[in-house]
Amino acid sequence: MGITSNRLSQEQYAENFSDIHPPFETTDAALVEANRCLFCYDAPCMKSCPTGIDVPKFIKQIATENIKGSAHTIFVSNIMGAGCSKVCPVEKLCEGACVYNFMEEEPIAIAKLQRYSTEKAMVANWQLFKRKESTGKKVAIVGAGPAGLSCAHVLSREGIDVTIYEKETKGGGLMTYGIAAYKVTPQFCEDEVNYILGIGGIEIKYNQELGKNISLADLQKDFDAVYLGMGVGLARQLEIPGEELEGVEDAIKFIYNIRDKGFENVAVGEKVAVIGMGMTAIDAATQAKRLGAKEVTMLYRRTQEEMPCTQHELDIAMLDGCKIVWLASPKEIKGSDGKVNELVCSIMNLDEPDASGRRSPVDTGETFSLAVDMVIKAAGQMPFEDLVNALKIQHSKGKINIKDSATNISGVFAGGDCVNGGKEVVDAVQAGKDGAASIIKYLSLA
Amino acid sequence: MADISSNFLGIKSPNPFWLASAPPTDKKINVLRAFEAGWGGVVWKTLGSQVKNVSSRYSALNFGSKKMMGFNNIELISDRPLDLNLREIAECLKLFPDRAMIVSLMADNDRNSWHELIKKVEDTGAHGLELNFGCPHGMTERGMGAAVGQDPVIARMVVEWVMEAAHIPVITKLTPNVHSPVPTGKACVEAGTNALSLINTIQSVTGIDLDTLVPNPYVAGKSVFGGYCGPAVKPIALKMLTTIAQDPTTSKVPISGIGGVSTWKDAVEFMLLGASNVQVCTAAMNHGFRIIEDMCEGLNNWMDDKGFKTLNDFIGKSVEKITHWEDLDINYHHIAKINQDKCIHCGLCYIACEDASHQSINLAYGKPYNNYTIKEDECVGCNLCQLVCPVHECITMEVHRVAPEYLNWIDFQKKGLPLNDH
Repeated sequence: MGITSNRLSQEQYAENFSDIHPPFETTDAALVEANRCLFCYDAPCMKSCPTGIDVPKFIKQIATENIKGSAHTIFVSNIMGAGCSKVCPVEKLCEGACVYNFMEEEPIAIAKLQRYSTEKAMVANWQLFKRKESTGKKVAIVGAGPAGLSCAHVLSREGIDVTIYEKETKGGGLMTYGIAAYKVTPQFCEDEVNYILGIGGIEIKYNQELGKNISLADLQKDFDAVYLGMGVGLARQLEIPGEELEGVEDAIKFIYNIRDKGFENVAVGEKVAVIGMGMTAIDAATQAKRLGAKEVTMLYRRTQEEMPCTQHELDIAMLDGCKIVWLASPKEIKGSDGKVNELVCSIMNLDEPDASGRRSPVDTGETFSLAVDMVIKAAGQMPFEDLVNALKIQHSKGKINIKDSATNISGVFAGGDCVNGGKEVVDAVQAGKDGAASIIKYLSLA
Repeated sequence: MADISSNFLGIKSPNPFWLASAPPTDKKINVLRAFEAGWGGVVWKTLGSQVKNVSSRYSALNFGSKKMMGFNNIELISDRPLDLNLREIAECLKLFPDRAMIVSLMADNDRNSWHELIKKVEDTGAHGLELNFGCPHGMTERGMGAAVGQDPVIARMVVEWVMEAAHIPVITKLTPNVHSPVPTGKACVEAGTNALSLINTIQSVTGIDLDTLVPNPYVAGKSVFGGYCGPAVKPIALKMLTTIAQDPTTSKVPISGIGGVSTWKDAVEFMLLGASNVQVCTAAMNHGFRIIEDMCEGLNNWMDDKGFKTLNDFIGKSVEKITHWEDLDINYHHIAKINQDKCIHCGLCYIACEDASHQSINLAYGKPYNNYTIKEDECVGCNLCQLVCPVHECITMEVHRVAPEYLNWIDFQKKGLPLNDH
């Protein structure tokens, strides 16, 4: 027992963390798939994409070997189309809506095709957008994550100069720091940020945290408008005894370390419990297993019916050998010598559905316990409530209130996770576009 | 089990599938492989003048993921020595006496050349001759091939020369590179040909290399018009076949159907429109001789299902069903119906009707799935929605006759019935 790093050989790490959704090996393979597409009208896949990518059009463009056009079709709706092709839960978005599902046929491999075009564009550095002549307007953006980058790109296209303030040392936000390494590599995330910046007119200032190194008042003074896209960051605490023990870790930090420090430098327990059943929980559990943990158990206080992750993600965890325990809520973490050695869980039951139709878990009073040496908490993330309070921005439990992307403060706009509390990358990209549209209107440029 | 054996001008073959005069029939090794695979007969690749071929020779039209929807060649008639061809023909005949052996001919444009060539070929024991009046490239410039078939006067003359010398049945192969194959067909029948075959290839340019800007097939920076064939030409072949099958003169002789036959279904269609047998080339060039197996089995099963005992039970049965526009029943009306249980909400019917037909489909917006229904009062029954629908029997055409009685355009006018109701 015990938490240690360096459990596997470099070869094993490389194998365990290789691309989970490999690209088309050949042009022929992409063409066969592209030609399967029916080219639906008012296509369900397109309507199921939060950024509204014209999926049939970009696939048709692959089929006609107009790859530049295909990449442009994707990027015009979603400048992070390359990253989204790797991290989107397509099984509940575009591919889940593909009409082939009604024919009991495999849906079109939309993400894989999207990767095909966008990867070619990034590798060849096709700059498919041209900035309009400078308008002389300047916009500050807080956060170089998907919302901020997407907003910046639209603004830059319209001839607005953008400065992004980012508290980390790299751009990309959750794409760079919060997603399993077998989906996107740090190199890819860096390349994607650079590709987006290729349009020009966007500067990122790193190590700049709002409320610490920069103030909203200064940004308001120095810029014509401000867009807040700082996401969420604080892991929700379990608020149970033993949470302070050594071996209890936040999933976000765990995932961040894997991305930041290298596989061999991230310590993992032998028997790991992961609390939660969202996408982050899956990413933490599967990666704990892939780092060499012998046993990984995922615990969720509701049932499979209510789980926030997709079936596809659950399947990844189960194929990795993670155990799943439904209707289990952490009650106490026990340890010795300050180190975790046991997790006590309450056995839950589901109540009758409430007005919203959701069934709440109810403690049955019975418990069970697991011998573990590591507990990873993935019970959700909390918005920066203190920060927005201090800025006097209206919010609901820390989530910024907006109307057409505008906050209650004139000239200050917001979008992405800091508004919605934490959704997919693709949702943040759309929020960035919406924010840009409102800013352009606000600056009387539209 | 139905009897699929064929008797064409007394030339018998175990099935009605012959390989057309083309590369698959240009030498003993191919022909023996074809016979072993089960082909009923071959038309040996055209013998005649000495020629020299170029490289490359073929090009194709692909459609989506489907390769060789259409196929194009600039190859000439046989470039092998005549004596070698004749010897191999005799050898194949000896090894497979139950298969049809037809030899395609294209002699120089004089009576003697034809007579000499026919004599030599008949000496092999071949069962019949096919006159190549159709090849559209290379030979035409020398007054042969399509140059003969495009001019009924020349065609008649050549057939007359041939009939003076021939002791075995003569089939004349017609070119489609004319506004109608009937004038030449008539001239050939009047000159005594025992049968007709059609179509030969259609002059074409299949495409251009968008890097070099040179059309294909590429020959040292240039190209020429080639002869087009394969699945893409089937509809044109069927139309030309029908005109020959309906003409009082040309319909007197048996017809061998050619042009994009790839499956037993294609073959049945040619035969329903008057062909006594069919000839195949592109499908074999695409997939090899093994396709004969399903052609025979499929034909047999279809005949059993339909209760046809012999080929003659159905040959020509659809010829009279192609009529003149004026004779169509104007009181017939059908309306599309979308089976909601089968609909996959792809919207292809809607956008086709909306942009290109009669705006007869209603779109009820849904996220992500729209629902589509037919506006029955607007639908003209054009079939477009059904044609684009990717789901089998999702869209059906339901008959809603305007009136029970037959009414054609002539009577319609006489009655002064209203026009422009759609």
